[in-house]
Amino acid sequence: MQKQAILLGSDAIANGVKLCRPAVISAYPITPQTHIIETLSEMVDRGELESQYIKVESEMSAIAAVLGSVSAGSRSFTASSSQGLAMMHEVLHWFAGARLPLVLVNANRALGAPWNIWSDQSDSFSQRDTGWLQIYCETSQEALDTIIIAYKASEQLMLPIMVMIDGFILSHTMERLLIPDQQLVDDYLPAYQAPYRLDPDDPLTFGAAAQPDLFYELKKTFSETMSEAPTVLKNCEADFRQAFARAYSPVMRCPEGDEKSDTAIICCGAMTGTARVAVADLNKRGLSTDLLKIRLLRPFPKDELCAVCRDKKRIIVLNRACSYGVGGTLSQEVRAALYHLEQRPLVNDVMISLGGKEVFPETIAAVIENREELSSVDCNWLK
Amino acid sequence: MQEIRFHGRGGQGAVIASRILAQALFFEGRYAQSFPTFGAERRGAPVAAFVRADDAFINIRSRVTSPDYVIVMAARLIEAVPVSNGLKPGGLILINSDQPAASFIFTGADSVPGQVAPFRIITVNLNQIALKHGLGNEIMPLINAPVLGALAGVSGLVKPESLLQALPYFIPARLADNEKALLEAYEKTGCRP
Repeated sequence: MQKQAILLGSDAIANGVKLCRPAVISAYPITPQTHIIETLSEMVDRGELESQYIKVESEMSAIAAVLGSVSAGSRSFTASSSQGLAMMHEVLHWFAGARLPLVLVNANRALGAPWNIWSDQSDSFSQRDTGWLQIYCETSQEALDTIIIAYKASEQLMLPIMVMIDGFILSHTMERLLIPDQQLVDDYLPAYQAPYRLDPDDPLTFGAAAQPDLFYELKKTFSETMSEAPTVLKNCEADFRQAFARAYSPVMRCPEGDEKSDTAIICCGAMTGTARVAVADLNKRGLSTDLLKIRLLRPFPKDELCAVCRDKKRIIVLNRACSYGVGGTLSQEVRAALYHLEQRPLVNDVMISLGGKEVFPETIAAVIENREELSSVDCNWLK
Repeated sequence: MQEIRFHGRGGQGAVIASRILAQALFFEGRYAQSFPTFGAERRGAPVAAFVRADDAFINIRSRVTSPDYVIVMAARLIEAVPVSNGLKPGGLILINSDQPAASFIFTGADSVPGQVAPFRIITVNLNQIALKHGLGNEIMPLINAPVLGALAGVSGLVKPESLLQALPYFIPARLADNEKALLEAYEKTGCRP
């Protein structure tokens, strides 16, 4: 059973987390993520969610608290944004290296200076080398569903997963969605059984030092698990589709796009929705364009992307994060993946938005209309 | 798809009004989307909130630029904010004011000089209705419930019963007074041409 509802994105996420029954929640408030943990704390307070809610004085402590609770074998949750996620950075590495499963929701927001609270994916993109899986969501429904899928995949892989929503654009928007009932989620996501855990009656060593050769071997194993992660995630997505009748995959073709077109737009997150509107109109006007959404950023789904880009001549990547001195961060990932194609398409790197700069369908349409003027070497900033 | 843009001052209830409207449209089986201009929550500052209603999922995420309905919750905002920008021909501006509609002349960016603006203007004294039912005070009457009653009355976009069903989700106090104010505004505007 699934129930129709209309909710703010942050409430939809809190509902998704509640359905996964985390035993421990620890987080520190930061705009635009705060509503998520506020709603969860109210659920705990009302007794609707049986969970230990640990109040802390910083994001560093929040991630450290759940590092402890997951080590002790408890399914846990935390959320953050922007400077808060940056503050967690050191422990993010440790979490993945220690092979601990967790779901963290990040409401994408710009990093200062200058001070800015609006949507920007630089915060999570700059954490892409920490060893976490990263999934970007387009709608509140997708965010709710992805949390459920992510717990399953995370606990199978013994790797932490970061689930991204665009701050404000999803977190502060009310929209209609389906909320699955508890039984459906319980059937899909069994209780977490830690293969090893902190237990005074059965002591094990955690966080020991590793000599260079052992360190290298462990990281090699880690890297191999990461290579298997897209398959594990795809299996979890397939099971989810069976049980919940909604389909997700690491790279998604949007039906508004023209599959046969030799030009494709690639983007990730909530901007995809606006791109759907833009592309539907472009195709009606004869400016044939395909539209691809990257859901999984880490590990990067290069095989899946190559498969759908094989016959493309031009790829236009719309970025909401910048690696200064190089260009759009998503463009770099796309270029690296497509390099292995025998016939490589042109890749136009477009910085469409940073710090909440609004993206209208017309903004995207103008990029496509003027595509011949785009540089395929340098990053294209809007005029 | 119908698009609605609320203009108000921070604290007047524009954001909550947009959420109540979305909830009411949901109760009517429609897809609705509601969001505010982000980050301008200062009391008294101009704010805007947006609602979209459709019979299928709404993909677009950018703010409403060509609304079917514009709601001006404080008439003096018109001096500072180009409220009629992008309003569709045949659209409607609902203004909270004690002045007649004829006293408002829009010469915004989209108007053609020498031509009457191609949209309807309707004024309702929502402050008076709110104060009569004890909602807010002289300085800041709380008009989010009556403004929706008036919108339902002038547009038929949403049924007053759906709005009444949605109110308790967002109005924690003085529910009965809000219901009365909503219905009074609806009845006052319901027969308007």
